[in-house]
Amino acid sequence: MLSRILLALSLVLLVTSLALIFFVVPTERTMGVVQRIFYWHVPLAWNSFLAFFVVFIASVAYLWKRTKNWDILASASAEVGVVFTTLFLISGSIWAKPIWGVWWTWEPRLTTALVLWLIYIAYLLVRAYASSSERGARFAAVVGIVGFLDVPIVFLSITLWRTQHPSAVIFTGGLADPRMILTLVVSIFTFTALYALLLVQRVAFKKGEEDLRRLKRLAESE
Amino acid sequence: MISRDDVGDKAIEVRKLTRTFDDFPALRGIDLEVARGESLVIFGPNGAGKTTLIRVLSTIIRPSSGTVLIDGLNIKEHAEKARRLIGVVSHHPFLYANLSAYENLEFYGRLYDVPDLKTRIGEVTTLVGMTARLHDRVSTFSRGMQQRFAIARALLHRPQIMLLDEPETGLDQQAVALLWEVLRGEAAARRTVVMTTHNLERGLDLASRLLIMSRGKIVFEGGGKSLDLAGLKQAYQDVTAEAGCPQ
Amino acid sequence: MTFWRKVFAITWKDVLSEFRAREIITSVLVFTILVIIIFNFAFGERVEMVAVAPGMLWVTFTFAGVLSLNRSFILEKEDGCFEGLLVSPASRDVIYTGKMLASLVFLLVIEAIALPVFAFLFNLTVLTPEITAITLLATIGFVACGTLFSALATNTKARELVLPILFLPVVVPVIIGAVNASELALSGKSWGDMTGWLGILAAFDVVFLTVAYLVFDYVIEE
Repeated sequence: MLSRILLALSLVLLVTSLALIFFVVPTERTMGVVQRIFYWHVPLAWNSFLAFFVVFIASVAYLWKRTKNWDILASASAEVGVVFTTLFLISGSIWAKPIWGVWWTWEPRLTTALVLWLIYIAYLLVRAYASSSERGARFAAVVGIVGFLDVPIVFLSITLWRTQHPSAVIFTGGLADPRMILTLVVSIFTFTALYALLLVQRVAFKKGEEDLRRLKRLAESE
Repeated sequence: MISRDDVGDKAIEVRKLTRTFDDFPALRGIDLEVARGESLVIFGPNGAGKTTLIRVLSTIIRPSSGTVLIDGLNIKEHAEKARRLIGVVSHHPFLYANLSAYENLEFYGRLYDVPDLKTRIGEVTTLVGMTARLHDRVSTFSRGMQQRFAIARALLHRPQIMLLDEPETGLDQQAVALLWEVLRGEAAARRTVVMTTHNLERGLDLASRLLIMSRGKIVFEGGGKSLDLAGLKQAYQDVTAEAGCPQ
Repeated sequence: MTFWRKVFAITWKDVLSEFRAREIITSVLVFTILVIIIFNFAFGERVEMVAVAPGMLWVTFTFAGVLSLNRSFILEKEDGCFEGLLVSPASRDVIYTGKMLASLVFLLVIEAIALPVFAFLFNLTVLTPEITAITLLATIGFVACGTLFSALATNTKARELVLPILFLPVVVPVIIGAVNASELALSGKSWGDMTGWLGILAAFDVVFLTVAYLVFDYVIEE
C-alpha cells in the first residue's frame, strides 16, 4: 500500500518536475539551456545526502539494538544513496562539459560527492566480503558511521584546497526568478519521494530474501 | 549485584544459551551448571557445538540469547571481571612466535595484572616442565612444547576455571601424556576444569562428570565414576548414530 | 594507571616482535624508497621538485601506511594470538590503543628514515619543525582510522584488498591537508599560513580517535 502511494506520488511529481523544467522555468542568462540540469542535479545531491544520513542513523541503531531490520534499512538506503550519487556525478559532468569544456572539475561539492561515492562503494563491498552476513552487517554499520562523520572533514578540506587553487565555481548567481525556486523545490520533493519509494521497495525485497533464507534453513534442518 | 555467597558453589551457570551463525544454530538451548572444583569433560562429534560452547564461556563469542554466569558474574555486564577468573587453552597456543616464552608469559602477566610476575612465571614453567627452554623463542618450539607453554600461560593468573578446547590436537603421544599429567594435577587441586576432547579414554579418566553434545544440544549426561569406558563408548555411539554422523 | 600499563604491554609486545623479525619496517621501508625512486622516473627532472615533492611524499607515505597497517592484525591472527587478547581482561579500548600506538611507532620510524632519503635524492630541506609536525599529525590520523579498518579487514575474505578500499577514501582529508601544508612548508612559508591545514589534520585525528575508540568493539567481537 505504502509503496503504491509512493509510486503514484513519484510519478506525478516526476512529470510535474519535468514540465516545470522544460516549459515553465526561464532559461538562465549566462549558462543557457544546459543550466536546466541543475534542477535535478541539486535534488540528487540533497537526497543522496539524506540517504547517507539514514544509513548513519540506521547503523547506530543496528549496533545498539542488533535487530536485522535496522541493518536492512541501512543497506537499502546505502544502495539508493550510491545510485543517486552516481547520477549526481553524471549530471554534474554533463553540465560541466558545455560550460567549461571539461567533463570534470574539482569543484568542492562534486569532489566531496566523489569521495562519498567511494566510501559508500566500500560500504557495499565490505558487506559482500565479510565471511558471514551478521559480520557483514556489523562491519558495514561501522563504515556507515565512520564514513558519515568523515563527510564534513572531507568537505572542509576540499573547500580549503579549492580556495587555494581557484577553479571554476559551478553556480554563483542566485535563483533570480521565483519560478526557478519553485522548480527546484518541486524537484527536491520529487527525488525525496523517489528515494522513499526505492527505499521501501528495497527493504521489502531484502526482507523477502531474509525470509526465504530462513525457510530454506528450516527445511534443511528438518 | 550478586554476592559470592548467593552463588554458592557454582563456578559456571548457563541458562537457555543459544548461538546462531547467520542461520546456522550452533547452540540450541544449553542449560548447564558446573560446580566449583568439578572436572567436566564434553564429548561430541565434529560440529556438535563443543567449540562454540567453550568460546562462549571464554567470552570470545557473544551468545545469541540466554545467560552465562561465571562465578555469579554475568559475562554480558562483567566481561572483564569474568575474564580474570578464566584460563583458556585451545587448538592455538596464543603465543607470539617471534618472542621468547618468557616474553610471552610476561606480556600476558601484564594484561592480567599478575602480582610478583617473575616468581609466578618461574612457578608455572616448572609446573609444565619447561624451565630449560624459558628464554628460547616460541618459533623454535615443537607443537607439544608450545602447548605446554600455552598451559603455563593459561595458569599464570591463577584462574579459578580452566577452559580447554581439544588441547591435545596436534600433539604427539608423549606430549599428550604430559598434558594430562598436568591437568590431573589441576583437577586434584580443586580447580574447575571444563574440557572438550575426542579422546574418550583419557577424558573419562579425568572427568568427575561428563557430557555428550550433538547438534547444538546436550544429549547425554553422566557421572564420571558411575560409567566405565565400554558404557561411555556405547552411549557415544548411540548419540552419534542418532545424529546421523559417520563415526 | 592500569589502562596505560596494559596499553604499553601490547605496544611493547608488537615493537619487540617487530624488532626481532623486522618484518614490517624493513619491507615497507624498501617499498617506500622504491616508490620514491619510481616517482623520479615518472617525473624526471622536467618539473620543479618543490611543486611535486609534497604529493610524492604523501602518496608514498599513504601506501606505506596501508602496507604496514595491513600486517598489524594479520600477524596477530596467524597463531590465533588475537583470541589470547580477547580472552584476557584487557578491554577493547586497551587493545585498540595498544595496537594503534604500535602502528604509530612503526610508521614514524619508516618516515624518519624515508624523509632524509627523500631530502637527499631531491635536494630538499625536509627536516624542519614544520614538516615534523605535519608528519606527526597526519600519521596519527592514518593509524587512528587505519587500526580500526585493519582489524575489520582481517575478518573479511579479502583482507589485503579491503583495507585500502576503506582506508583511502576516508583519509582523503589527511592527504589533502598533509600535501598542502607540506607544500607551504617546503616553500618556506610560516606557521601562520598553515594553520588551516594543521587544523584539519588535528580535527581528523580527534574525530577518528574518538569514533574508532567507540566502535572498535563491534569490529572484533564475534
